[in-house]
Amino acid sequence: MLRNDASEMKTPAPNPRISLTMGPLLFNWSTERRCDFYARLADEAPIDTVHVGEVVCSKRLPFYLDSIAETVDRLQRGGKTVVLSTLALITLPRERQYTVDIIHNGEYEVEVNDIAALAHLAKEQAFRVGPYVNVYSGGTFRVLAGLGASSVCLPPELPIDTVEALATLARSLSVGCEVWSFGRVPLAVSGRCYHARVHKLTKDACQFVCSRDSDGLDVDTVDGRGFLAINGVQAMSNTYCNTVGDADRLRIAGVTALRLSPHSCDMIAVSKTFRDLLDGKLDSEEALRRTGEICGEVSFSNGFLFGGSGSEMVRRPQVR
Amino acid sequence: MTGHPRLELVCPAGTPAALRTAIIAGADTIYCGFRDETNARNFPGLNFSRAEMEESIAFAHARETKVFVAINTFPRAGQEQLWRRAIDDAVSFGADALILADLGLLAYTSNRHPQIRRHLSVQAAAANADAIDFYTRNFGIRRVVLPRVLSIEEINAINREINCETEAFVFGSLCVMAEGRCSLSSYATGTSPNLGGVCSPGSHVAYRENGHELDSILGDFTIHRVSRDLPAPYPTICKGYFTTEGLWGHIFEDPAGLDASALIPQLAMAGVTALKIEGRQRSRAYVGAAVRNLRRVIDNYAAGLPVNESALNHLSEGQSTTQGAYRKMWR
Repeated sequence: MLRNDASEMKTPAPNPRISLTMGPLLFNWSTERRCDFYARLADEAPIDTVHVGEVVCSKRLPFYLDSIAETVDRLQRGGKTVVLSTLALITLPRERQYTVDIIHNGEYEVEVNDIAALAHLAKEQAFRVGPYVNVYSGGTFRVLAGLGASSVCLPPELPIDTVEALATLARSLSVGCEVWSFGRVPLAVSGRCYHARVHKLTKDACQFVCSRDSDGLDVDTVDGRGFLAINGVQAMSNTYCNTVGDADRLRIAGVTALRLSPHSCDMIAVSKTFRDLLDGKLDSEEALRRTGEICGEVSFSNGFLFGGSGSEMVRRPQVR
Repeated sequence: MTGHPRLELVCPAGTPAALRTAIIAGADTIYCGFRDETNARNFPGLNFSRAEMEESIAFAHARETKVFVAINTFPRAGQEQLWRRAIDDAVSFGADALILADLGLLAYTSNRHPQIRRHLSVQAAAANADAIDFYTRNFGIRRVVLPRVLSIEEINAINREINCETEAFVFGSLCVMAEGRCSLSSYATGTSPNLGGVCSPGSHVAYRENGHELDSILGDFTIHRVSRDLPAPYPTICKGYFTTEGLWGHIFEDPAGLDASALIPQLAMAGVTALKIEGRQRSRAYVGAAVRNLRRVIDNYAAGLPVNESALNHLSEGQSTTQGAYRKMWR
């Protein structure tokens, strides 16, 4: 049996530098575009850690599986820490096998996005916990730390006070604590493919229609207001989460990394803006203005952290 | 002609009165929760005080009915005491099992109350044998409530691999998304079903007349629009009416209730131990009728008699039913 208090408390270290993580690409881009994206990241982006691998739909994998090794190599030569992400919802035998293969890769740290992946970890194998695992409280955080989690990307819906409580615990356990900071927020996952449904196709004969939408397909309310987006089996926010204006608050909360999620906008420019802000080269107003310029016709949100609802964009004082 | 297994019928109770009704109607087991955020049906006026829980468990036990207590939300950091107290109290009142979803609470329960039967809530969304294996190995889970994303074939395959019982939803509302992993309602309202136990909370619902139409609104978003002479649907996002690329419709799922009663023989053959009725928020009359009808179907099947497929039609929401993922027509 696991113990609830598996890890001992350690003396907290001073607030470390906040690092930047590029989360796994959630959309169905062509292999060529994927490879170009990661090559540019390797060469140009001030990103510390890059996640590679399929999180949303196992049917997309065969198209780019063979390119992953080269992508990983390229990222490593660019000085990035590479993490292999696993699927958020695992039901089929091939999905279980794919997960086992990743967990047993023997070289790279893996990100667990479905509890099922935990079943395959070798004894004392370090792993990261992705934003699809329900980590809402210290008890759960301790269980995962006790199993060997080196870092946890918190569920995007957590409010800032919960983030702070968990980040404080994370620090005492010497575990990283990451927050969803840029991009459409994954809100739900289903066994059913919504892209296929919208195009009147079945999941098995989906014709990969999700590849038509580089950033997901907008879903509006009947009165024409942007609300959600669909990405295969995933439902996402229509807004792009953007915490670039809130980095000071996240630093105070003890967050160790910010996660940027790849979109078709210039992610190199987005990551440079976040890095410059974190390094004090930009103020938050200017950083927010720049991300707005980079993203164009996009609405931002930070409401899960600070607002009454996840969809809101709250402008707030930076430091308590 | 006999020899079929008699599946356990697990029935919802939102109130002590519903619990008594369900027991009289033929429930083998009742599941219910405390009147707070610790359970995933935290609606106003619903659920059990401590005294009601203690009395209700005694009432059920006197009639050879089991009671499972659902403590199946995720505790808020720093407030875990509320959830731990719920666990301690349910155990002390003699609950037959606890239905849990959170890793921390599973660890707490298996350390503090190793003797109590632990069931894995559907809110943990354990959708494959590996996940279930993880929970059985680490927390001694005795039964898993299966997510509603699985087909009969998948359930069959899972049951061949795992070391615990499975419980499958057979009737009631249908969660479209993987349960316990959905922030849609939270995105629109700021209230997380995972933390607070309410999806699409009534406090954030409004109905607004709009010319000849009526809008159902959740938070700031219009989730449905119907003609004013029609009943306005409740604004549950995954069953909402939206538009994308010129297409209007139920983008995620049609608003149909689950009725898998006709699949009871297949579920039994797939190795399922227990069948669950969703609906702790439903009226006594609804619960009583659903339990009576399903009791008859289960008993008929156990006795080798034909299963009456339309026994529950009149109870389903919107009069429209689906067999959900059990038969994946969309695959």
